[in-house]
Amino acid sequence: MIDVVVQPFIEFGFMRRALVGLLALSMSAPPIGVFLMLRRMSLMGDALSHAILPGAAIGYLLAGLSLLAMSLGGFAAGLAVALLAGLVARSTSLKEDASLAAFYLVSLALGVMIVSIRGSNVDLLHVLFGTVLALDDAALILIGAIATLTLGTLAIIYRPLVLECFDPQYLRSVGGPSLTTHVLFLVLVVLNLVSGFQALGTLLAVGIMLLPAVTARFWTEDLSWMIAASMIAGVAASLTGLLVSYHSNVPTGPAIVLVSGVFYLLSMFVGPRGGLLWRLVPRKHLEA
Amino acid sequence: MINRFLAALLLAANLFGLPASADAADKVKAVTSFSILGDMVKQVGGDRIDLVTLVGPDGDAHVFEPTPADANTLANGQILFVNGLGFEGWMERLEKSSGFKGKVVVASEGVSPRTMTEDENGKAEEIPDPHAWQSLANGKLYVANIRDGLIAVDPDGKEIYEANAAKYLDEIAAEDDAVKAALAKLPEDRRKIITSHDAFGYFGAAYGLEVIAPEGVSTEAEASAKDVAKIIRQIRADHIPAVFMENISDHRLLDQIARETGAKIGGTLYTDALSGPDGRAPTYLDMFRNNVGALTAALSS
Repeated sequence: MIDVVVQPFIEFGFMRRALVGLLALSMSAPPIGVFLMLRRMSLMGDALSHAILPGAAIGYLLAGLSLLAMSLGGFAAGLAVALLAGLVARSTSLKEDASLAAFYLVSLALGVMIVSIRGSNVDLLHVLFGTVLALDDAALILIGAIATLTLGTLAIIYRPLVLECFDPQYLRSVGGPSLTTHVLFLVLVVLNLVSGFQALGTLLAVGIMLLPAVTARFWTEDLSWMIAASMIAGVAASLTGLLVSYHSNVPTGPAIVLVSGVFYLLSMFVGPRGGLLWRLVPRKHLEA
Repeated sequence: MINRFLAALLLAANLFGLPASADAADKVKAVTSFSILGDMVKQVGGDRIDLVTLVGPDGDAHVFEPTPADANTLANGQILFVNGLGFEGWMERLEKSSGFKGKVVVASEGVSPRTMTEDENGKAEEIPDPHAWQSLANGKLYVANIRDGLIAVDPDGKEIYEANAAKYLDEIAAEDDAVKAALAKLPEDRRKIITSHDAFGYFGAAYGLEVIAPEGVSTEAEASAKDVAKIIRQIRADHIPAVFMENISDHRLLDQIARETGAKIGGTLYTDALSGPDGRAPTYLDMFRNNVGALTAALSS
């Protein structure tokens, strides 16, 4: 048993690198997912991950497989879409989710167009699906730096962020920094998607952010515990997914996200907070 | 009256399949699927053909997605050259949707196909290896097929095509000897290499190299942790001296493998596509010169 879990990491450097990258990612992306979920913005993560894709593709076309160019491109594109959507939502009658959908679709189409005009279809598939098995030093440093920055920033904006999640009116009435918090939070979302895209690819990056978060929701209602639970779910899914990919010869990125999905489904049934099985257990009635 | 006459004339021209403009009329409109085949057709057809290649230099024909312009190009073509052996999976649909009525030449006809094992949905499947052009002996068959195809649609150019083909076949034979001579010098224990996708089956068989690839036959497949571990073990166990990149596929995984095993990164090999005109492999024969140069530089020690 120990052999099954430990041996691959002892024998192979690429497995250790993948694990380190995924652990760092599991420390920062799932907490962001928890806040996205609490703010009913879960699908925003998905939309933004699509918005990042063309930025990364443009970076790739300009500079080849350069970590810096692709990350900067993705970050710029994702942030631009998030901020524009927010701006439109605040200054017109269109809701934020609607304007976000509009902007990410435009961004996605633009990316596909640019790539097609350049005429080369090489590598794009790999760019979109990431390579957790090929994380080099630069990628690990980037993921680690983003995780550190995320946790630090979350600690600073934690209070207003929680208030904004549960009672945005109150925060505004006491003159709290609602807009600053919101923008900082969006920056964190985009940063973590860029980080996840190094490890899992743009299409799966959002998986390691949201699935552990919605899993954690079934285990606790306390916010701090929920954040901790989401990190644990992320770490467990990363480790299990890596090992599944190692032992049963399936692609790594999808394996990790699928394991997260299995954790979510299990929690949906057995989780003590709203799990389906618990509903079958008769509850104590308060009877007079 | 004159308009009606002109219209009838145009209609007649269309009925006989003649192109409307006069200066293009004397050229055969040929279409090829990818750049390597394109170069071979150009060598045989010379000035008598008007050639369009669908997947250009450094493009990946495994995962190509045709555009409406490609369908239009094909619809106007008189002769289409494809590699066959399952290489251009998208071609059949394109042929149908474009309404192509011309002659189809399968360049790999007559090649004895190697099979390879592709992991499809967990179960291993034997499929033909399409990369037949990586052996120059097969290249000669390609040229003969191209020549015969061109003569069939343009009998007037028979002598020119035959002369071009004969000259080109001599060049290929000379290059074949050069490749054999260069690789024969490699020591027996340094004849194993790793490439990113499995395109060197024919090359390895023809010139005595053992080639191992993490990604399988198509560039589409994604490697699993198990595949990568297997290759790293193999490099360590067999002391494989070098890994090679390809111009059309992702090199990040190979970088990782090279880092972990200490194998040398042996430069870029051209497999499924040529480089642009200023690159290191603008023609079929240049491709072999580049690849053999990179192989011998990394393997002879």
